[in-house]
Amino acid sequence: MSATSPTEPGARLKLVSGLLVGLYALITLLPLLWIIATGFKSSADAIAYPPKLVFEPTLEGYVNLFTTQTRQTPEMLAADPPTTWYERIVSEKGMVIAGPSRFGERFLNSIIIGFGSTFLSVFLGTLAAYAFSRYRVPLKDDLLFFILSTRMMPPIAVAIPIFLMFRTIGLSDTHAGMILLYTAVNLSLAVWLLKGFIDEIPREYEEAALIDGYSRFHAFVKVVLPQAATGIASTAIFCLIFAWNEYAFAVLLTSGTAQTAPPFIPTIIGVGGRDWPAVAAGATLFLLPVMVFTILLRKHLLRGITFGAVRK
Amino acid sequence: MAEIVIRNLRKEFGSFTAVEGSSFTIADGEFFMLLGPSGCGKTTTLRMIAGLELPTSGQILIDGEDVSQLPASRRDIAFVFQMFALYPHMNVRRNIAYPLVSQGLGRREVAAKVAEAARILGIDHLLDRPVGGLSGGDRQRVALGRAIVRDPKCFLMDEPLGALDAEFREHMAQELRALHDRMGATTVYVTHDQLEAMQMGDRIVVMNHGVIEQFGTPRDIYDKPRTLFVAEFIGSPPMNFLRFHGAVAAGATEVAFHHIAHPVPALREAFAGDMVYGVRPEHVRLADDAPLRAEVIAAEYLGTTQIVTLRSAAGVIRARIASDRAVRPGTSAGVAFDGGRVTLFDARSGRALRSAHNEGVLGHG
Repeated sequence: MSATSPTEPGARLKLVSGLLVGLYALITLLPLLWIIATGFKSSADAIAYPPKLVFEPTLEGYVNLFTTQTRQTPEMLAADPPTTWYERIVSEKGMVIAGPSRFGERFLNSIIIGFGSTFLSVFLGTLAAYAFSRYRVPLKDDLLFFILSTRMMPPIAVAIPIFLMFRTIGLSDTHAGMILLYTAVNLSLAVWLLKGFIDEIPREYEEAALIDGYSRFHAFVKVVLPQAATGIASTAIFCLIFAWNEYAFAVLLTSGTAQTAPPFIPTIIGVGGRDWPAVAAGATLFLLPVMVFTILLRKHLLRGITFGAVRK
Repeated sequence: MAEIVIRNLRKEFGSFTAVEGSSFTIADGEFFMLLGPSGCGKTTTLRMIAGLELPTSGQILIDGEDVSQLPASRRDIAFVFQMFALYPHMNVRRNIAYPLVSQGLGRREVAAKVAEAARILGIDHLLDRPVGGLSGGDRQRVALGRAIVRDPKCFLMDEPLGALDAEFREHMAQELRALHDRMGATTVYVTHDQLEAMQMGDRIVVMNHGVIEQFGTPRDIYDKPRTLFVAEFIGSPPMNFLRFHGAVAAGATEVAFHHIAHPVPALREAFAGDMVYGVRPEHVRLADDAPLRAEVIAAEYLGTTQIVTLRSAAGVIRARIASDRAVRPGTSAGVAFDGGRVTLFDARSGRALRSAHNEGVLGHG
């Protein structure tokens, strides 16, 4: 007999569960890895059959993503040889760079709208959740249900009214309009999640601060907020993921100035043939901010997802 | 330091009345206990004194000033919570310093006061530790440090020993009382533990269902309970209650039930109806020649004394007697009562009848 604790699983069980977790991770990560790999393939390798696992990496997809190109005659190409590495990649196909593509702008729009609405949702959500958690609000349960009920219907069901409203008041294709819209959708989630977190913080902390001579606002900022950091972080991640990935409203309500990356990426396909590596490159870059944000806050996120599971 | 006057204090939560018209005065420098079972309104009363709840009606005067509608931050009081409520994201030093920071004291002055408070409580070596890793007793000391550091008008404590281990509670109780004697600060202390209240308090208010049952020194409350509730709540094992139906005249020194006359202190009022003869276990004697016969059911050895449980025609009686006396279960014994210390109660209202024994206490109710 080995001297392990009776609650600790045996070595064989550990091996099996390790394998299962590994397999599951592989299955979920495979599409992600495929997208990242495709971004570095040449157009021919991307559609090769059988699929190429080993290929010669190229930045062609990324160059195509960020530039617009036109065909050029070999004589002209020879007369004006490429000077940079990206011009060289383009010239091998008999093209020259005509200018930057719109991807940078669209990506920046995504960042402004995604982070802007996340900040607004979490900011308003925290204040509302604190009030619902601590004050005797008239019709509290009805209000909370009403807030939750805005999530029960698929957002796209109100797409037409919102489209008309936005057109009337001039919010169509504006950053402010999209930030407002995503905040409105996310706020119910934020209020409910944060109320759960704030309910968990004992009132005694604030009461101690009140007695120590502080105002309620000061107690909220200095005592409640640090305690709610975990909840705020995980709520922010959920809000950002929604706003970042949102496609339907973005297609409907934006076309130019405020267009985000999700409706833009598919349009790459149409420019100069099916350029899968460029699409994959766009998707890869699009994944990055949420990935970085999540990794930065992942300690909080784990605690956020399982909060309330074990009573301390 | 200050006197606290409570006048007709009342608190309602919706249709539920938590505190009903309480009035009492806490003297300057007193260690004052609010005692009662859970839900009796003692914590609500304390929170109203602190300003964490506002009274529905009535007045609270601290040092002569009516503070009943002031926010907690402007009452200049300190509060020690049952769960300590130390700020978890601050270390010990910042926890203790926090009330001083709100007063806008200079850095040097804050440091000096924190050091002084930490020295008094013997936690100087913990100042730079996070509060998370501290033991229960040390957390309690930090909470006390946060209370004493700014010299408030009074200390309010809500079951501060409730979260500690039993063995440590005793020690901390002594430490608290010693701290109080040293600082001489008016202290209001809420507890449901009657032993703690008796051990530490100068005076005690016993509450039940939002009503003050009795107000007085631990000795008066133990010896001369005003109501059946107080008699039962205070003392372990509790007072013996022998129920009977009969009539007594003013001046009587005996009551008869189950055909035997039992002594009582000279009564100051007449009464007829259902009554309760209340006698503390230590005022029960085993006497072979006593007319009330009982069978010994059990004897619990407690060191210097033992608790003997007897079954008699009048009911079950528990006696606290010296442990050197041999008492065997199953045997028969005579039971006699120390008449001068007995309290008679009106069984229906629970009110104690006035007698030579308790008239001083019941008089100034």
